[in-house]
Amino acid sequence: MKETKTVSSIEKFILHLHPYKIDSRATKFNRTFGLGGVCALLFIILSITGLLLRFSYIPTVEHAYDSILGLKNNTIFGQFIRNLHHLSGKLMVVVSFLHLLRVYFSQSIFHKRSENWIYGLLMMFLVIASSFTGYLLPWDQLAYWAVTVITQIFEYIPFIGHSLAYAIRGSETVDGNTLLNFYTLHTGIIPLLFIVLMVMHFWLVRKAGGIALPKKEEQDFVDIVPNLVSKEIMVACIVIAGLFLTAAFYDAPLLDQANPLKSPNPSKAPWYFLGAQELLLHLHPFFGAVVIPFATGIFFLGLPFYKYDKINIGVWFNSPLGKKMTIQSSLIAFVFTFILIYLFEHFLHFDLWLASWPSVISTGLIPFLFYIVPVAIYLLFWNKKHKANRTELIMACTSIILSSYICMLLISLLFRGEGMLMIF
Amino acid sequence: MKLNRRKFIKRALITVASVEAFFLLKGSVNKINTSSGTAELFNAGKATAFENNKLYPFLTGQFFLKRFEDGGFLAMSIKCTHLGCIVNTNSKTGGFNCPCHASQFDKYGEVVSAPATRPLDYFPITIEKGELLIDTKKPIKRSSFDKSQLTYA
Ligand code: HEM
Ligand code: FES
Repeated sequence: MKETKTVSSIEKFILHLHPYKIDSRATKFNRTFGLGGVCALLFIILSITGLLLRFSYIPTVEHAYDSILGLKNNTIFGQFIRNLHHLSGKLMVVVSFLHLLRVYFSQSIFHKRSENWIYGLLMMFLVIASSFTGYLLPWDQLAYWAVTVITQIFEYIPFIGHSLAYAIRGSETVDGNTLLNFYTLHTGIIPLLFIVLMVMHFWLVRKAGGIALPKKEEQDFVDIVPNLVSKEIMVACIVIAGLFLTAAFYDAPLLDQANPLKSPNPSKAPWYFLGAQELLLHLHPFFGAVVIPFATGIFFLGLPFYKYDKINIGVWFNSPLGKKMTIQSSLIAFVFTFILIYLFEHFLHFDLWLASWPSVISTGLIPFLFYIVPVAIYLLFWNKKHKANRTELIMACTSIILSSYICMLLISLLFRGEGMLMIF
Repeated sequence: MKLNRRKFIKRALITVASVEAFFLLKGSVNKINTSSGTAELFNAGKATAFENNKLYPFLTGQFFLKRFEDGGFLAMSIKCTHLGCIVNTNSKTGGFNCPCHASQFDKYGEVVSAPATRPLDYFPITIEKGELLIDTKKPIKRSSFDKSQLTYA
């Protein structure tokens, strides 16, 4: 009789996460794509592999790199666990971003869900913060210079920039203090914050009455076990199998030990920050590191709260016009950003032509206007010609911002070689 | 929303507590400065040992020592002012190139090619008993080169 008791207590635990019965439409895979669940699964995998890695890792400048080598050569499955941690971390960034896209474009962030959007953005920030703090720990050339470059970006923020960068590094340059700071954040503070925020996040999903669905007269309720739970288990199995298989063949990179006297050529930021680094190549830091990041941050935090004309909760892209606009504006923004960067790289040299002007204008305001004005005209065109309402226009704005970022990220990742010059 | 006495006191208390908490936290995560209290200067040796119009890299001190035609010394930081990579000397131009994002600097450390926006920082030099002492703890930012930055023996 013991057997049935354990099964039923697991079932009971599941019922703390899910209600007994839910709308059958909520169990459809293409409602959530299981993305939130995959994030939660990845968090668990990262916690377990991370705890194992902590048994070998030594957070000092002298021993960090050697401890990773030791892990690779002397620990059984050491390299495999490191690969698994590395891959899950990468995947977590991608999947939380996709999850963000899913909840936004399926219009699931309004009214009682707006609070959860804020918690979600906080977690997105934490995902990136974990990834970034973890990046430094191997103390190889890749880690050292990526962190140098990023903390140096903070220095461009007026007034508080230097003290902020100093607080993050714990020092004037990246050194043992930085390593200790990052280690504490990466293996202590951030995971704890995650647990608190995730509990809030799940509770708020249930408090909002489950995931968002379009309004409908008749609802068809089904049991959670097995209808939803079986699908969740299936997705989890596929993700785990995929990760294990990849980790067996793909090794997490490890370059030479960090050398503060020699910068590799090129020195790139971690891949998810490459869009920001690309921006900084073309724009004066006042725009690239201050105006644009802050404006974008505030725009995203405010997304559930603007005055909208017509919100269709749970409806993908709000309306057929919204869908058309989202797809078209994403594509156009991608191509436009690409062309603009190409022109600035090879033809438009305002820094030389307007050398006597203050650089905030010649390399800041002017390139900024080159981007903003066509985008504004494009949005105006949708508004006048197709009677796009506010909701659809704001959605197009979001698509344009995200698509431009992805475009810059890919350019920096794929098309920049030595000296960060474009390879064509 | 009207602010009555209760609300005002509550908010004032919360503000004071947050400011206090901020400073407590800041103080408790601060690290001790491990370098010894007295400022140590980097001794580069006899001034007469350096030839005019030549560049001497001091990687351990993180600076390039340049002696110009007129005998003036300038100690420039090896860190690119864009995002902190280590610049390389360019033997053709006598200036410096950054490997990270292709900034270029001339022999005075001024920007020849963006994305860097200001010249390489420089360190104060003092001369005592004919020896050059460089204060590598105090990089000085500048917006352009001028003669007052040079030190003469
Ligand atoms: C560690 C990261 C995260 C985890 C573990 C997580 C987990 C979940 C789960 C399991 C759900 C239920 C529905 C689904 O699977 O899609 C959900 C819903 C939701 N998430 Fe997340 N999430 C994370 C990050 C984020 C981020 C980055 C955002 C956006 C900024 C976000 C915003 C939301 C919102 C608004 C909902 C409600 C959607 C609805 O009601 O349909 N979450 N999350
Ligand atoms: S760090 Fe030197 S050009 Fe960017």
